[in-house]
Amino acid sequence: MEIHYLTAHQLKDRLEKRQISCTEIVEGVYLRIEEVGDRLNSYIRLEKESALSRAGEVDKLISAGSDIEDFMGIPIAIKDNICTKNITTTCASRILENYIPIYNATVIDRLESRNYILAGKANMDEFAMGSSNENSYFGTVKNPWDTDRVPGGSSGGPAVCVAAGEAVCSLGSDTGGSIRQPASLCGVVGFKPTYGMVSRYGLVAFASSLDQIGPLTRDVEDCAAMLNIICGYDRKDSTSINVEVPDYKSFLKADIKDMRIGVPKELMVEGIDREVKEAVYRIIKLVEDMGGIVEEISLPSLEYALSVYYIIAPSEASSNLSRFDGVRYGYRNVEAGALREMYRRSRAEGFGDEVKRRIMIGTYCLSAGYYDAYYEKAQRVRTLVINDFKKAFEKFDVLISPTSPTTAFKIGEKMEDPLTMYLSDICTIPVNLAGLPAISIPAGLSGSKLPIGLQIIGNVLREDNVLKVAYSLEKAIGFTGRPGL
Amino acid sequence: MERISKDDVKHVAELAELEFNEKDIEKITSQLDRILDHVANVSSVNTEGIPPTSHILDIKNVFREDMAEKSVTQESALKNAPDEANDGFKVPKID
Repeated sequence: MEIHYLTAHQLKDRLEKRQISCTEIVEGVYLRIEEVGDRLNSYIRLEKESALSRAGEVDKLISAGSDIEDFMGIPIAIKDNICTKNITTTCASRILENYIPIYNATVIDRLESRNYILAGKANMDEFAMGSSNENSYFGTVKNPWDTDRVPGGSSGGPAVCVAAGEAVCSLGSDTGGSIRQPASLCGVVGFKPTYGMVSRYGLVAFASSLDQIGPLTRDVEDCAAMLNIICGYDRKDSTSINVEVPDYKSFLKADIKDMRIGVPKELMVEGIDREVKEAVYRIIKLVEDMGGIVEEISLPSLEYALSVYYIIAPSEASSNLSRFDGVRYGYRNVEAGALREMYRRSRAEGFGDEVKRRIMIGTYCLSAGYYDAYYEKAQRVRTLVINDFKKAFEKFDVLISPTSPTTAFKIGEKMEDPLTMYLSDICTIPVNLAGLPAISIPAGLSGSKLPIGLQIIGNVLREDNVLKVAYSLEKAIGFTGRPGL
Repeated sequence: MERISKDDVKHVAELAELEFNEKDIEKITSQLDRILDHVANVSSVNTEGIPPTSHILDIKNVFREDMAEKSVTQESALKNAPDEANDGFKVPKID
């Protein structure tokens, strides 16, 4: 197989056997980027020169006899809302077009300590707001399975890089499904860890109580290996959880005998494509064949999850994004003669339509007279969502559902109607509200050869169950599809 | 029923330090109206005795020792400044 479609663990194996050099890996990936990059638009910025020079250094370390650790010398794409020191970090927004962070996000420090290689900064929906990657100041990202279709969002770039061979794996962020939904639409693995397991330090905040960084990879094994690196306590993030980090790779066992698996009926309702439902039913059969116990369950509050999310996330965003005022960094309108005029014109010109829309929704929901009816009420209903999940996990080890109600939709199809776009995240949003870990794995292809994703949800800090079921099903499903480009 | 009027939108834009032209106000008013109408269904949920979520885990305030540490230099803090003067951020006159 071509170098650019190997997994990180396959590459590690070849590096260990001296069958390949790190320089060859980086060259292979960049050859692929040059071949398909213009058609996909998955990167905002490439780091070819520094990647090749880092690769040379890693090759020297290896020939000097250094142990080869996971992701050493592996080219990784980083979503452009994760701060990289001295390398532009734009959030796909005009307002941060020229922003150069003076520090690394904690996840980047952790990867650097493992000698990873930054392939480039990946495209995304502006400030991670969107489900189609059409909201980028740097242009729409295309789905490699069909370039007339969206890759999903907001981590569209990170998902496409992995699906099309433009990076071995990537880091994205997930606020309402932004890792899992594009992973589903592009046919790769995407994981959102338990809230607090991965430091958010250096992740440009969208909705602080929901945001979480996580990996997008070609298989579950790479996913577990990446969790080993990025999970763990960080004093720079006050919501970081101080618990022992397990060896996530130790959960990669293909055995789900007697595991209890729930299917929330609220996530299998109207609006879910027939083919997507059928894929889930096929998997339920697989689970039963492997000795797992599957039962339907009702989580009645999920009916309100989308509403809760579209009150809470924009509210937090409106507060977080108030820092972009043209004073300390970012775009400034230089014609404004007075301060408030400068704020307004900088923000009006710097932010795109969807970002402004969410700032408006959030500001409204937090404003005098509406706070109780919207924001506070939503936080109460959020407690009900959390309680429903708690109850479900008394009975089940994991819950499964479709990741996305549909396969990849056409570019432009939902841009005129924000509410329809928001419905794309109906299966993933409840997970963020409750801070749970969840993965999307490829479940097969639709009749028109588009990937379908399966979501596996675990209880808080039960990444072990999620990985165990994901690994077992990955083996049983045997998805080997590749986009034909 | 209209949940949000054009005047409300203008008021919210002012609170959010954003500005829209008349045509955009029209469009965003109808979009916000539709979104708010959808999310307002939370009002039908009985939440009596249910506390609002503050954190998904049982985490309380996090404190650390108040110790002075090395921080960013003035030079790097100003690196991304759109305008600066006398080692500070420079802004237009405050109105």
